Amino acid sequence: MKQYTDLEYLKLSKFRRGLHKLAAFFLSIPRAIAGLFVKIGLFLKNAALAVGREIKDIFLTFKNGDWKTRLSFFIMGFGNLSRGQILRGVLFLLFQAVFIFFMVKPTGGLYWLSMLPSLGKEGPGKAYDPVYDTYVTAFNDNSFQILLYGVLTIFFIIACVITWRINVRQNKLAQQILDSGKPLKSGKDDLRSMVDDNFHKTLLALPLAGILIFTVMPIVFMILVAFTNYDGAHDGYTNALFTWVGLENINTMLGIGAGSKVYAATFGEILLWTLMWAFFATFTNYFLGMLVAMMINKKGIQFKKGWRTILVMTIAIPQFISLLYVSKMFAQNGMVNQFLQSIGVLKGLNYIPFLSKEWPARISVILINIWIGIPYVMLIATGILMNIPQDLYESAKIDGASGWKQYTKITLPYMLFITGPYLLTTFTSNMNNFNVIYLLTSGGPPNPTASSAAGSVGFTDLLITWLFKITTGAESQYYFASVIGILVFIVVAIISLVVYNLLPSVKNEEDFQ
Amino acid sequence: MQTTTNTPVKQHMGMKKKARISNTFIYIILILMSIIWLFPFVSIVLQSFRGGPVKGMTNEIIPKIWSLENYKALANTDFFKWYLNTLIAALATSLLQTVIVLCMSYTLSRFRFKLRKGLMRFMLILGMFPGMLAMIILYRVLKDLGLTQANAVPGLILVYVASSGMGYYISKGFFDTIPKSLDEAARIDGATRAQVLTKIILPLAKPIVIYTILTSFMAPWGDFVFARYISFGSSEGMNVAVGLYNWLNADQINSSYTMFCAGGVIVAIPVTIVFMCLQKYYVEGVTGGAVKG
Repeated sequence: MKQYTDLEYLKLSKFRRGLHKLAAFFLSIPRAIAGLFVKIGLFLKNAALAVGREIKDIFLTFKNGDWKTRLSFFIMGFGNLSRGQILRGVLFLLFQAVFIFFMVKPTGGLYWLSMLPSLGKEGPGKAYDPVYDTYVTAFNDNSFQILLYGVLTIFFIIACVITWRINVRQNKLAQQILDSGKPLKSGKDDLRSMVDDNFHKTLLALPLAGILIFTVMPIVFMILVAFTNYDGAHDGYTNALFTWVGLENINTMLGIGAGSKVYAATFGEILLWTLMWAFFATFTNYFLGMLVAMMINKKGIQFKKGWRTILVMTIAIPQFISLLYVSKMFAQNGMVNQFLQSIGVLKGLNYIPFLSKEWPARISVILINIWIGIPYVMLIATGILMNIPQDLYESAKIDGASGWKQYTKITLPYMLFITGPYLLTTFTSNMNNFNVIYLLTSGGPPNPTASSAAGSVGFTDLLITWLFKITTGAESQYYFASVIGILVFIVVAIISLVVYNLLPSVKNEEDFQ
Repeated sequence: MQTTTNTPVKQHMGMKKKARISNTFIYIILILMSIIWLFPFVSIVLQSFRGGPVKGMTNEIIPKIWSLENYKALANTDFFKWYLNTLIAALATSLLQTVIVLCMSYTLSRFRFKLRKGLMRFMLILGMFPGMLAMIILYRVLKDLGLTQANAVPGLILVYVASSGMGYYISKGFFDTIPKSLDEAARIDGATRAQVLTKIILPLAKPIVIYTILTSFMAPWGDFVFARYISFGSSEGMNVAVGLYNWLNADQINSSYTMFCAGGVIVAIPVTIVFMCLQKYYVEGVTGGAVKG
């Protein structure tokens, strides 16, 4: 693409300028993606270097350490105990004891790790019961538990390595401090620092533990499920074991290799609609919400607070009530259709298929979403609009700028600049907007071309509602749900990274200051 | 320019007239909008008072027979059980979640420690996974712990609260605006960091504390996905959203549509009152959050 200097650019016609900007945008996408890979590469390189440094430091600690330090390489906390830091020493020792006990106990860490490659050897079968002289179902290995505890064991081992490393470093530091003739910190000092110097660790402990157990661990588990055949018929315990199947599910979903392409086609169709929905849901709300805010803000309009309160009611009332009620209002035999029939606009039992035909349903959910979304944007826009310096408008008026010109040259750029990141997060959360779609249409009306794919796909299904329907459907193909989840993540991550790097508020923060 | 007869006074009059016309136009739009926005709410209240033999959907916008029978009928269902479940979940969540979110956001705003940036980036990436994915495994784990179906409420609270630390953005933005010199002055006077938080920052952070309490109180009332997963078919453990959703299923709608309306009204009233009273804080939080990104 031709690079223009500023002067050349200003000489271009409006149309060519727009063309230039558009081309620049699309050309920058590959660069943004390439930049992402470079960043990941750099990150990995730095991580490898850091690990190298750590290992070197561990060696040096062992080489230069006294016998107390060396012994605590094997008995964690020994150095602390022998140097008088009882509290720390006991904690380290306790951790090591628990770790060893967990690893070697009968169905402990080593057992889970050894079963992880196969996810269980013996499924449920018949066993002879001598008391009743009959065969009963016997449950043996449990694939679900093996995978779950296998992952937990790996987490635990990582935690142990990190703790061990801290233990080694503490010995090194303790030696250095003692060599320089200063006293070590006592247990009392340690406890005191929990509310002072190390207060951040105290504060973060609970939230991070929650995130680790309830978000990180399930996500790791579910990513692994994408590579298994875990579903309703292979629940891993009561009917059959599940096992690793490699990339099979991902290939099916993306239509790679031989086999039916129905999943790939369905996925493509739903992804396209998801992106369309997110685009329209975000921008219709954004511009209309801004418009409403400007109308209410306009000089001379009375009852500003009253108008706002009426709109804000939509936020206050739980969405499931309003959405379910609205979905029933627009149903085939709902209030709107019945009313139109009774006043004779619709003849006989004719009805408008607001939510029961492909495109009417898609347009209806976008329109109803405007009803949901305008109040939020109105609130946000009101705050920002009041912050725009009034003298900008005054000088624009003196220069004879029309209302529309003031909007496109002052209001809109200002709003876009400030709310850029907000628009991005709204877009991605709209992609995962389960409530609006599921409560309004349950994803329907049914899509006949996708009828052989799992999860009774409908025309308004987003990826997220499809995921939900698959897991709660009759066959519960958890592996497909998990593949969809991973793909949603990839799509969201790419969009976020590309757009984020192109946002003006990130690129040149000084523009408006 | 001066060829027309427009004196400045006349021009002024013209502008005034123009403004009046455009204002009238705006009033018409705003009134129409208010009608559209309020119609579903007015309508659901009207439907909840509709008596008579037909319990399904009709074309009556204003009921012909008024009665309280729908509200009375709620007493014979599990509705108040669901209501209590949701109320307990909402109260517990608003308390615990507020503590966790404040811990997280205060720390990330005030402390500069190793891995701080890395932690924030990590949580950003985690947030890009659909949360529903975690539900499948959490359901099985909670089931093993006996916290599903009839005992869904504690399980639900656990799920709502545990990962709430990831929603720290808005309150971190607020803490960022409290000047750091306050902390430093207190530190020089010998306060520990914990004392700085409890004695200095928290009193100043009242708006964001109320905002966090409000939003975390409201969320459980509208949650459908997690509540449905965890209560899985057990009416005992459902929340209002799941319970009322089932009343609108094809096989029940003709007998319980008006009851759904009555239930919806009872759910909406307290939540709406709380929200409207604390509206100011909500607006502050939402606007601040969007501006800071």
